[in-house]
Amino acid sequence: MKFELPQLPYAADALEPYISKKTIEYHYGKHHQTYINKLNDLLPGSDFEKCDLDTIVKKGHNGIFNNGAQVWNHTFYFSSLSPNGGGKPKGKIAQLIEDNFGTFEKFQEIFTKAATTLFGSGWVWLVQKDDGSLEVLKASNADNPLRNGHKPLLTIDVWEHAYYLDYQNRRPDYIDGFWKLINWDVVESRL
Amino acid sequence: MAFQLPELNYKYDALEPYIDAQTMEIHHTKHHSTYTDKLNGAVKGTADEGKSIEDLLKDVSNKSIAIRNNGGGFYNHNFFWEILGPSKGMPSGEFLKAIETAFGSFDAFKVEFANAATTRFGSGWAWLIKQSDGSLTVTSTPNQDNPIMDISVVTGVPLLALDVWEHAYYLKYQNRRPEYIDAFWNVVNWTKVEDNFKRG
Repeated sequence: MKFELPQLPYAADALEPYISKKTIEYHYGKHHQTYINKLNDLLPGSDFEKCDLDTIVKKGHNGIFNNGAQVWNHTFYFSSLSPNGGGKPKGKIAQLIEDNFGTFEKFQEIFTKAATTLFGSGWVWLVQKDDGSLEVLKASNADNPLRNGHKPLLTIDVWEHAYYLDYQNRRPDYIDGFWKLINWDVVESRL
Repeated sequence: MAFQLPELNYKYDALEPYIDAQTMEIHHTKHHSTYTDKLNGAVKGTADEGKSIEDLLKDVSNKSIAIRNNGGGFYNHNFFWEILGPSKGMPSGEFLKAIETAFGSFDAFKVEFANAATTRFGSGWAWLIKQSDGSLTVTSTPNQDNPIMDISVVTGVPLLALDVWEHAYYLKYQNRRPEYIDAFWNVVNWTKVEDNFKRG
């Protein structure tokens, strides 16, 4: 099956001033597209030719995993954001965050610290485990919590390409902006 | 004595148009400087304070992750600035012979090195190294690891390195890492690389 770049749920400039139009144009238009192209190039003749993306992410290896997971991760990341996002979560997700981390602010602190300190390229995830509990996980490069059987709820991309045009070495400033863009309705819908 | 951020032997704009001045300045004064500060913080007040960076990295399997990451970042950038320069030159003599023995030709070496730099997934470095038997090989390392670390799969004396963290090229080349790698060949200080070969 041939994968295609999904539509962004907002305009390229919609996340300004936190994430610039230029960053979105490269991040979505070039990086995300390139992962899709490379995945489509690698699949024919492989064991994963007829698999869906979740299976590729769970079972893939080497280039098929790297590119497949990066397709999955970017789609998930871009759909976690909204120009009307930010603020505090409500409803069931808010309750779960409080149950697991004490307060929303404590969760924010843990997630921010993980995103700040992940060394090199990667992602930080909020996941729900089998027992229903929530956890913040660091993942290098393309890694994805589906491989460990966890349900991803939220992610931040901390590859430098996600923020370098806007923030250069100031990753913490990018993370600050990220909190103002999170679409908590989408996060809750993933429970 | 604490580790010091070295001065560059050339100006930030000396590698234009291949590596832009803004990238050089941020790379040196922010990224490299942060690794230096964090390395100093990691060894301060420990038994490792006062050891050379080489001694720390050769024994990095017994060190903290902070020494591995920041010590690697400190060493790798020190090394990188030295093998870059506006002067050109080309490999010659025994060094050129060693390249030809290992790779067939200088052009074949460049292809292999560029391939290592292009295919390093995520952040990391491509290296030309001299192995313990004297032969040359190309390798790559993730993040700030390097071939002098005892944890590296392929170890040896570094002769040439290329930083392929996105911060090394994103302001000018964005997602086009291969263009950055092509441009890199125009700013290699081969005199220094050959010197590394003779000493190694």
